Parts: sequence; structure tokens; C-alpha cells
Amino acid sequence: MRKLALRRIAAMGVTLLVIVTLSFAIIRLAPGGPFDQEQALSPAVRANLERLYGLDQPLPVQYLHYLRALAHGDFGPSLRQRDFTVRELLAQGLPLSATLGLIALVAAVLGGVSAGIAAALWRTAGADVGFATASALAIALPGFVTGPLLALVFGLHLHWLPVAGWEADAPRYLVLPVLTLALPVAAYLARLTRASLLEVLRSPFVRSARARGLGAVRVLWRHALPPALLPVVSYLGPAAAYIITGSLVVESVFALPGSGRFLVQGAIDRDYPLVMGMVVVYAALTLLLNLAADLACGWLDPGSRHE
Amino acid sequence: MNEAVPAGGFWLGARQRLSANPRALVALAVLVLLALLALCAPLLSPWSYDGIDWQHLARPPGLTAAHWLGTDRLGRDLLVRTLAGVRLSLLISALATALSLVIGLLWGAVAGFCGGRLDGWMMRFVDVLYALPYLFVVIILTTLFPRGRITVLLVALGAVGWLTTARMVRAQTRALRRREFIEAARAGGLSPGAILLRHVLPNVLGPVAVYATLIVPQMILSESFLSFLGLGVQEPHASLGNLIYGGTQEMESAPWMLLVPALFLVVLLTCLNLLGDALRDALDPRER
Repeated sequence: MRKLALRRIAAMGVTLLVIVTLSFAIIRLAPGGPFDQEQALSPAVRANLERLYGLDQPLPVQYLHYLRALAHGDFGPSLRQRDFTVRELLAQGLPLSATLGLIALVAAVLGGVSAGIAAALWRTAGADVGFATASALAIALPGFVTGPLLALVFGLHLHWLPVAGWEADAPRYLVLPVLTLALPVAAYLARLTRASLLEVLRSPFVRSARARGLGAVRVLWRHALPPALLPVVSYLGPAAAYIITGSLVVESVFALPGSGRFLVQGAIDRDYPLVMGMVVVYAALTLLLNLAADLACGWLDPGSRHE
Repeated sequence: MNEAVPAGGFWLGARQRLSANPRALVALAVLVLLALLALCAPLLSPWSYDGIDWQHLARPPGLTAAHWLGTDRLGRDLLVRTLAGVRLSLLISALATALSLVIGLLWGAVAGFCGGRLDGWMMRFVDVLYALPYLFVVIILTTLFPRGRITVLLVALGAVGWLTTARMVRAQTRALRRREFIEAARAGGLSPGAILLRHVLPNVLGPVAVYATLIVPQMILSESFLSFLGLGVQEPHASLGNLIYGGTQEMESAPWMLLVPALFLVVLLTCLNLLGDALRDALDPRER
């Protein structure tokens, strides 16, 4: 188990380096630069700007500089939002994005698993069809459709919750974003839980537990549920990746000042260091979460340690 | 592989199983209808997707109105614009799916067939790209080109969607590599390239076709997502994504501008998913 963890961590480092290199190469190969604006800059100003940010040096040199700075936790200056470093910008947006993502993940797991258990235990024809339809819809609907629809119903018509925006220490601003973000993940988790619990409930050891006279609740909690939740744990990595991407849209729909806007705005502005910073941080986050989910799986299920 | 194949072979059996599934048939009918409407919209409606009707700005939908599904703030017919969006979404997703399948097929087949160190490096590359959230790569790729070009979307989506196909094809190819008929072809003096094209690829197409039905809705989603964020299709061109984005800006005073394109997107995705599920059940040999 420890060997597996060490190997996976080393592989993660290599993966991150490759991702940094690839995205650096792609972004720099792109035509158009951060200083292409509506009014053209005079060549002298442009040359000065490029010298200031080191953009006049050969690409390999820039790459090495970037790597060295990155190793010290320095993402460089933002080229378009003058007076800000990428790190300052990320520090502004990341806490909110992380809070949103974390609450959404927890909500999705709690909601999805309980819905899945309920659907596995309560199996009338109507409930089955209802569950299949609801989960298919929730999975198929993208956040940029559910988000505005929820805002339309709960914000504009019922006036229960704010339509968009953000105020510090006002959790009601997070309700609709969390709901939008968690819904598809919860629906997928509910399906996974239902299918795997139904399979476990049919297996011989559950029958023997019942035959020993254990109560239904005890059979479910102590015997059936732990093995049934394994697919849920292994889906946590992809779920986290889904939530990270989804938060881009949700932050945009609900006008939340998270960090997602930096990626989109940075890509539109060709703000190289900002886009790179976002990619590095989000890639590292995704890799870490995947690693954590894999290790949790390996810990819970010894059989999965050998691939 | 040794199971008896029903008379008429793989594809006929699949078609029979598919036509026994009423939900899939309804989904297919709706899809065909939508696609026909989207293709014929310019012929059927007096309005064009960017034509402005100054008499009817931001009008709500109504069957007696000049514009059945209303107009947007600029007086453009929403039905025509949404159908144009459906057409563009279908076109982009079909082409991007085809592109990703071709890349995935070639990459996976070469890796699986050659094996050894080349295989290791090629699949390691796939693993690395897999680790990144898919849309991040697409967003980076969209920065490569001037904004608003449809080719950009196509290349960006196609260039990222091939990973799973490549993995699947590699696994299939590795399984096929040791089979007798490949051995026979090699003994017969066929070159590796010819074996790959004539004997390996046709045999991996079945599972790939199944997987393709899963990619198409995903591509539509990704395209709309990018256009929603402002990185994809740009005004005055219409895509479901940028129409929905436009709708969110106006939903307080004109909710139909959001609801119309959202409804079309939901119907499109639901039908594609239903059809995909049914095709998977119909084509999956394990289900027999």
C-alpha cells in the first residue's frame, strides 16, 4: 500500500510537469499576444513591455524561468490586470471557489447516496420509473441550463433566494450555485449506489446475515452498505474533476467572484501567466483529488491495489 | 466470440433489437424531425437568423404572433435562431465526433498493434491528458486561434475527445493481435500496415460505434458550454450555448429568450441519450 502510494505520488509529479510543459507550449504557440488591444501600442512601448515581462527572450529560456519561479510558488505577474500578480488574483478567487466546490461535493455525496439507498429499498414500478427519469434528466441537464432555470424559479418568481451575486457571510447566495453544481453528480452517485446496493443485497452473505435473524436495518448498515459504497468512493475522483469544471459555468451564471472567471477571461485576453496559473492550480487539484480517491479505494478494497 | 450469431449477422440483429424498443424509436423520430427542421428552417421561415424585424422587438411567443417563439432584443426570430443553433451544434458535434474517432482509432490501433515501448509511451501520453479536466484543455486550445472560428471549436473538441476511444481500441487490438487470423495474415506476407487496416480496424469498429453514441451528446454539451462562456460560437451566429447565455441576460424581463433554446437543448440531449442507451443495448454483444 505504501509502495503504491509513493509510486502514484511520483507519477503525479511527472504528470504535472508534462501538463505544465504542454500548456506552456500550446499557449505560447498561439497567434496573438496580450498586448494586442483596440488601440495599437507604439512599437517602442510594445518592445519595452515585452522586455519587462521577458517575452522577448527565446521560448526555452522563458520556459526555464517560468519553471524556476513556479518551484518557488511564484506564478508571475498578470499581463492584463496590471499591478496584480497571478498569485494575488488566485488568492482573491480561490477561497470562494473552493468553498463552493467542497460544499457541492459533500451535498452531492450525501444527497446522492441517500437517494440511491432509498431507490434500492423502495422498488415499486412507479418509483423505479420516476427514479430513472429524474436521474437521467439531472445527469443530462448541463449547469448552464439548470442554473438559470433555478434562478428564474427560486429567485425571480418565488423571491426565496438571490438570483445572483455574492456577499461575504451570506450563505443564501451559495444555495442555488451549490444545488446547480451538485445535482448531476448527486444523480450519478444515486444511480451507482442503487445499482451496487441491489447487487450486494442479492449476494449470499446478505442472505446468510438475514438468515441469522439480524434486523433489516442492521443488515443494511453493517453488512450491505460498506461493500456497496465502493463504486461511490472510486467515482469521487471524477466527481471532483466534474465539479471543478462545472464551477466555471456556475460562477459565471451566478456572478460569483470565484477564480473560474480568470481562466475564461485570461484565455480571451491571452494573459499567459494567468491562464498557466489557473491550469497549474486546477490540474494539481484534480490530480490530488484523484490520488486521494484512488488511495481510499486501495485502502478499502485490497483487491484493487494490483492493477 | 464463439456464441452463435443470429442469422443476418451483427448489424441486422442490432437493428431488430433496436426497433423492439419504443422509447428509442420515439427518440429517433424526434431527432430526425429536429434535424430536418434545422436543415429546412431557412426555406420554411420568412425570417433569417440575423434578420432584424424592427416592428417586433423582444416580443413574447404566441401562435398568432408574427414570430411563433418570440423575438430577441434585436428583433431576430427566436425559432429560426434556435434552429440555426441546433444545426450548428449538430454539425460541430458530428464533425468533432468523427475527428475524435479517427484520432482515437489510429492512436489506439497503432499503440496496441506495435506494443512494447512505443505502446507504453503512447498510452502514458493518454493518461496524462486524462488527468486534466477535459474542458481545460479545450479552453487552452481555443486560445490557439482567432476567436469565433468554428474550425477552432471543431479541432479543440475533436483533439480532446479521442482519449477513451484510444484506450478502448488499444485494448481490443491487443486482444486481437494474438488471434489466428492475424497470425495467418502475417504468415501470408501482409505488411503490418495492411494487417492493421484490413484485419484489425474492421474488428474494433463495433465497440467504437457504440461508444460514438455516447460522444455525440457530450460534444453538443461541450460546444454549448464553450459558447456559453464566450469562447465558442460568436454573435451574430447562433449556437444553443450563446443563445442560452443571451437568455440569461434577459431572463428577468423576457424569460422566453432563455426557455426556448434551453428547451431545445434539453430535448436534443435527452433524445440522443435515449438513442445512445438503446444502441448500446442493441450492439453490446454481452447482452445477447
